Amino acid sequence: MKFGIIVFPGSNCDIDCYHALKVELKQNVEYIWHDTENIDDFDCIILPGGFSYGDYLRCGAAAANTRIMESVKEHAQRGKLVIGICNGFQVLTEVGLLPGALIRNEKLKFICDVAPVRVENNESPFTNQLVEGQIINLPIAHGEGNYVATEETLKELKENKQILFTYQKNPNGSILDIAGICNEKRNVLGMMPHPERACEALLGNIDGKAIFESIILSLQGGTKK
Amino acid sequence: MSSRYEEVGLKHDEYKKILEFLGREPNELELNMYGVMWSEHCSYKHSKVLFKHFPTDGKNVLQGPGENAGIVDIGDNLAIAMKIESHNHPSAIEPYQGAATGVGGIIRDIFAMGARPIALLNSLRFGEIENSDRVKFLLDGVVEGIAGYGNCMGIPTVGGEVYFNSSYKGNPLVNAMCVGVIEHKKIHRANASGVGNSIMYIGAATGRDGMGGASFASVELTEQSEEKKSAVQVGDPFMEKLLLEACLELLDTDCIVGIQDLGAAGLTSACCETATKGEGGMEIDVLKVPRREENMLPVEIMISESQERMLLIVKKGRENEVREIVEKWNLHAVTIGTVTNNDRLIVREGNVVVGDMPAQSLDSSGAPKYYKDYEIPKYIEEVRKFRSSDVNEPTDYNETLLKMLTAPNIASKEWIYRQYDHMVRTNTVVAPGSDAAVIRIRGTNKAIALTTDCNSRFCYLNPREGSKIAVTEAARNIVCSGATPIAITDGLNFGSPEKPDRFWQFRECIIGIGEACRELDTPVISGNVSFYNETENSAIYPTPIIGMVGVLDDVSKACTMEFKSAGDVIILLGKTKDEIGGSEYLSRIHNLESGHVPYLNFALEKKIQKLILSAIDKELLCSAHDLSEGGLAVALAECCITNKLGAKIELKTNLRTDIELFSETQSRFVVSLKQKDVYELVVKLEDEKIPFSIIGEVSESDFKIDVNSEEVVSLKTELMAEKWRGALKCLMD
Repeated sequence: MKFGIIVFPGSNCDIDCYHALKVELKQNVEYIWHDTENIDDFDCIILPGGFSYGDYLRCGAAAANTRIMESVKEHAQRGKLVIGICNGFQVLTEVGLLPGALIRNEKLKFICDVAPVRVENNESPFTNQLVEGQIINLPIAHGEGNYVATEETLKELKENKQILFTYQKNPNGSILDIAGICNEKRNVLGMMPHPERACEALLGNIDGKAIFESIILSLQGGTKK
Repeated sequence: MSSRYEEVGLKHDEYKKILEFLGREPNELELNMYGVMWSEHCSYKHSKVLFKHFPTDGKNVLQGPGENAGIVDIGDNLAIAMKIESHNHPSAIEPYQGAATGVGGIIRDIFAMGARPIALLNSLRFGEIENSDRVKFLLDGVVEGIAGYGNCMGIPTVGGEVYFNSSYKGNPLVNAMCVGVIEHKKIHRANASGVGNSIMYIGAATGRDGMGGASFASVELTEQSEEKKSAVQVGDPFMEKLLLEACLELLDTDCIVGIQDLGAAGLTSACCETATKGEGGMEIDVLKVPRREENMLPVEIMISESQERMLLIVKKGRENEVREIVEKWNLHAVTIGTVTNNDRLIVREGNVVVGDMPAQSLDSSGAPKYYKDYEIPKYIEEVRKFRSSDVNEPTDYNETLLKMLTAPNIASKEWIYRQYDHMVRTNTVVAPGSDAAVIRIRGTNKAIALTTDCNSRFCYLNPREGSKIAVTEAARNIVCSGATPIAITDGLNFGSPEKPDRFWQFRECIIGIGEACRELDTPVISGNVSFYNETENSAIYPTPIIGMVGVLDDVSKACTMEFKSAGDVIILLGKTKDEIGGSEYLSRIHNLESGHVPYLNFALEKKIQKLILSAIDKELLCSAHDLSEGGLAVALAECCITNKLGAKIELKTNLRTDIELFSETQSRFVVSLKQKDVYELVVKLEDEKIPFSIIGEVSESDFKIDVNSEEVVSLKTELMAEKWRGALKCLMD
């Protein structure tokens, strides 16, 4: 089982994901430089937070047009796991692996805080170690986390139970309080909160660990707690 | 019409000195290069003579002042690089870009030493915010600028301070501090040695932005200053991120002899600083410098302060290796010149020599030095007439305490630090909001504690004592986290040194800082001077901002200020005296900025700090918080708010109640601990003859203070929290 973290110029949370997986969860994990062509080796691809290509033009837009994202799309089409965190979520909506878009926070300010998040659906490879309705505290740090989508998309998201996480106290104006969604096949997750920042007791929060533990368990072939 | 030299900010005598150095009239390029290099900002011509008062060495100091940043040893072959720098004038004109590029500049100073930046702090001063749209506009822009740059770089902004005072009305202060970590063997310096080695330029292309920024920073702000917007640079944090990664990768090779960032005075400064620290000379061709605008004149290229640029001195023959690494990061490296040993800085435009000067004459060794006259300002005598009995005692202490908690200088700064990513890189063990930030050092058990501090009201009333207090209070913040203070960097913000009363303030502060740093064994390893912080009528309060670093050997023992659980015993270390002079209480409640500043006794201070460190190390304390603005009552309220706990306090005193509650007597701390540990701590306190009193215990949710058995404060913590948290937010939203 191998995790791969894609590094774009301007990625910042690549190192945080690496430490969480390597040190706290003892997983096999490698960085993948953005011009790498072949990512067949990896079971789960992580698109980390940060400001890829400075988020110029539109956040995630430049990263979405890189060659490696073609490989990530193929990886996802084969049913393998992809998780986009923060800027990674923005990239996933830009390439169309997830529906909707992320626009500037309602109050136009960057927000760094810890947000209580509700688990809406635990039947996914990303949430099987959590309980539906459970509240976990996850760090957020973004200026553009305000999720928007068409009525039709929102209806689909609800019907297919693709909304995995919602905010208890909406910090950014996100529609339906959405904090994280997956695709219909449930193998691609995008979320604004940072589970990798909540994996270590020394930092005062280990609520994010269960998300990675869910991934590990589902890759091992298990699904339930 | 002003003469040629006045247009570049030089005086007649200074111009004469240039004529001596050159033996002829300088041309336009040369004159401008002298203008920026001999500006106060680059040459420290009014301040350098006083720096002898600073202790700058010590067993842990690996690099003192004079380089891009200072470096202090933290053991395990690791060291901390740090520096603070002001960006006051640009931020007064263009708050977002002014603050953003201030952050960008200080980050470059850190990675130019070879260190990886791991934390940012900032210290801000504005005019009174209540009823001032201008101040709100400035605060909004400055915070957004700092956030915009630091967040994009992925460097956490972990601490700082913000104060509002009318003296900063026309001239806000924006000081940014950066801290990096480095292995001893990887330390690099700004050194152009090895004749024939190549001078390479990497990073952003040079444009016409930031023209003469160093000179702009070295004059007072006037109504015409708005016209100087072209002196403000524009930042590109993404470019800086690439530059950072490229530089750190380059410094891991052995191709690089020296490195210098292009900051104030741009290429001019970078070339002459590295030349004079190396073989003595350098020759560069401005046509090789990447430019982003057409038809740029050599003088524009030489003094531009375009951001995100770096100068490298590369071993001859290794240029291609450098290029390969730099191109991997989508940047370009260009050779623009070579190291020489003829002691001249020669600027060519293709084959034509357009400037030729003795390199040393440009830098701070050649620049004029002044030791100005000083005199005690007239206000000093006046303010010292104040006696506590001049003000009436408040009748309602609930109301008074709430008014203190909502004072912009005391209220929660969450509105600000919520905009800074303070967690990125997952090393932030204690986040903003406590006395000091604590950052874990990966690969070790260690952490560093960081803080900035300066009570400028004290420095106004008594610059020497006020600056001692600034250093000591910074040390208290560090000690409360469990870390031992090891070094400081100072951001010295003052009015015009050419006015004797302002220069007196400066001189007094320097002497005070020097004395405190010797007492507390925290050498000054780097710093920055910003003079001319005045508008037409008045100067700012003297503001020597102290940025301090401490080391904690076992990160798991990091201590924070908030009470942890009901039933814990609360002890006050130190003894409260009648010292409300210069206090926040006097300012907020009685609208007075007057009086004698509190007395500081270093012998007692050191004993208490040492005891707190040992108590935290033995894990006796649940919390520790130093008493500063707002005194005992505010400190206790702050300890309760975070965990929504209460306190039942009983004070016995001969002092008037308002003095007991709000006096800012030095060397005091509030600690909380388990009942079972009280005896052990009390024995230690008695052994050391440290004054203390057991003043009460932590409770569930009510905040009550009795003075001499009479209840004077009774508030719900929830209400205090709401007021304290909401005050700044309410003003800004």
